[in-house]
Amino acid sequence: MSASITLEHVTKSYGRHLAVDDVSLDIPAGRFVTLLGPSGSGKTTLLMMIAGFARATAGRILAGGRDITNEPPERREFGMVFQGYALFPNMTVAENLAFPLKIRGVARETVAQEVKRMLELVHLQSLGGRYPRELSGGQQQRVALARALIFNPKVLLLDESLSALDKKLRAGLQEELRDLHARLGTTFVFVTHDQEEALSMSDEIVIINHGRIVQSGAPKALYNGPRTRFVADFLGRANFIEGTVSSVSGQDFSYAAGGQSLRQALPTGAPAPGLGGTVSLALRPEKLQVLGEPVPAANAVPAEIIRVTYEGADYHIRATTPLGPMQAIVPSGMGAAEPAPGDNVWLSWNEDAAVVLADDR
Amino acid sequence: MTADMDAQTRRVYLVLLLAPLVVLAFVYLYPLSRVLWLSVTVPTPGFGNYERLLTSSAIQGVIWTTVRICVLTTMLALVIGYAIAYAAVHLRGWRGELLLFFVLLSFWLSVLIRAFAWLTLLQSRGVINTWLMDFGLIDAPLALIRNEFGVVLGMVHYMIPYAALPLFANMRGIDPRLVPAARGLGAGPVQSFLKVYLPMSLPGLISAGILTFIFSLGFYVTPALLGGGKTLMISEYIAVQINDTLNWGLGSMLATTLLLSIFALLAVMSIFVDLRKVFGVK
Repeated sequence: MSASITLEHVTKSYGRHLAVDDVSLDIPAGRFVTLLGPSGSGKTTLLMMIAGFARATAGRILAGGRDITNEPPERREFGMVFQGYALFPNMTVAENLAFPLKIRGVARETVAQEVKRMLELVHLQSLGGRYPRELSGGQQQRVALARALIFNPKVLLLDESLSALDKKLRAGLQEELRDLHARLGTTFVFVTHDQEEALSMSDEIVIINHGRIVQSGAPKALYNGPRTRFVADFLGRANFIEGTVSSVSGQDFSYAAGGQSLRQALPTGAPAPGLGGTVSLALRPEKLQVLGEPVPAANAVPAEIIRVTYEGADYHIRATTPLGPMQAIVPSGMGAAEPAPGDNVWLSWNEDAAVVLADDR
Repeated sequence: MTADMDAQTRRVYLVLLLAPLVVLAFVYLYPLSRVLWLSVTVPTPGFGNYERLLTSSAIQGVIWTTVRICVLTTMLALVIGYAIAYAAVHLRGWRGELLLFFVLLSFWLSVLIRAFAWLTLLQSRGVINTWLMDFGLIDAPLALIRNEFGVVLGMVHYMIPYAALPLFANMRGIDPRLVPAARGLGAGPVQSFLKVYLPMSLPGLISAGILTFIFSLGFYVTPALLGGGKTLMISEYIAVQINDTLNWGLGSMLATTLLLSIFALLAVMSIFVDLRKVFGVK
């Protein structure tokens, strides 16, 4: 059975350095949760404590409600896929898969059956007799995955598991991983620094920086509602606008930025900013429209295009505006005129397109 | 050697290789073969000297002592060397380097000085016995030298770096995540070591074992000083035959036997391991 994981005020310090700083987190059983953060953020240390390879300096870790803070890794019954896979080089693929079962004293015939079943599950039926060094990176990855799943672990932990693979292969394995998760219902805890991977795979993303949880939530909610500049910047691309609040009504407010008067809607229940105070907003580049003339009902600022990058499906446009440099992403397949450097245009966005950020500097 | 090397360069290399070979042949291989030749010519032509291997209980005793001491020395040096190499690989940062530095440091001390240092420590009125008696722990001095204990102690001390360094080189090539991986898959610390780490370090153990054992066979100074003539190993026995009893035929027979045994040992080992790797050619 899959288990939930609960972290209660978990801290890990190395000397004076706090790698993980008072983290509390609830991972419900059967969820696919991604710990996302830049390198050195403490996400791997957090995973190592869940796995049992690093001991928490303070706090408690629970699995299915049971305290496992000081339990050695071999008793936790968690599967782990290491960065670099850590396959046993002196054993064949089949022997690698059999290892966790043999350790548990499973009967020989059952081991053979299970190994066969797992090899089929990860599409490596014919490679059981090969040694890890004779496999490609993607195949090694699948072996590591199968080895971590063969003993029906309560939780599967994945440490930067796909980062070493090329983009196309990675996309294929991401899908396989999602399928496996859906089929097995095991709790997956995935660590990565790749925000696209996090967005496409997870039920929930936990963003970590400087050893702390910055924000967590479903991928869509997190992408559309970043609370801080760090989250908006780390998860996707964003324009940042600093303004001074000039008037406030019930559902929206006006602010001045770069000599422009702009309007911003407030989400229901959000506190209105103080009159005369500064606000900082994040605006996703794909929410901008690039137009020849201003639209009266929406926000619009004049802009001069300085660079256009063709990205296949989109144009990525950089422009100078009274608000400072801004970027926009517009689809390339709509038959519109191709933007070019030097064009004078209007960048336009709706009142509810931007997100008001908490001041986190 | 690259394939596109032209014939002239090749010839230059050949000459450069030949020159030392010729010197070696004249000053080393030729005299050596002369000495070995003595074993079948002195005192009378024939294999009379080699018959003594089968008939003389004194010679059989010396060979047995030598093999026993060398096996014991090799095993102890491997165990201690394994522990040192493991620590040097797994200690963080400078600590591992410091440990390795101390291992290498002992290379700088001559075998003679080390044997005398052990004498100072171990003899009946040496440092250790004096202390033990001063503290009233023993009444009469312990026999720490002039026996196999002293010889093995001195030899193990000398051989530890030779055991530790090949093991260190081997262990550094083992992925440090393998043991955690085994633990994560359900194996306890002991099982993880026995089933994953030990098999991975086996090539290092074999290399270190071969080096240590062959070196041990030829030990002369250490057994002579710490064995004090009581524990006789083959090198010392040969020296006695050559220098004291002037029994050159017997001495060179034993030297030949030693040399051939080592070659035979290497030949057997080469079935299991790549000897070029053991001696660092590859």
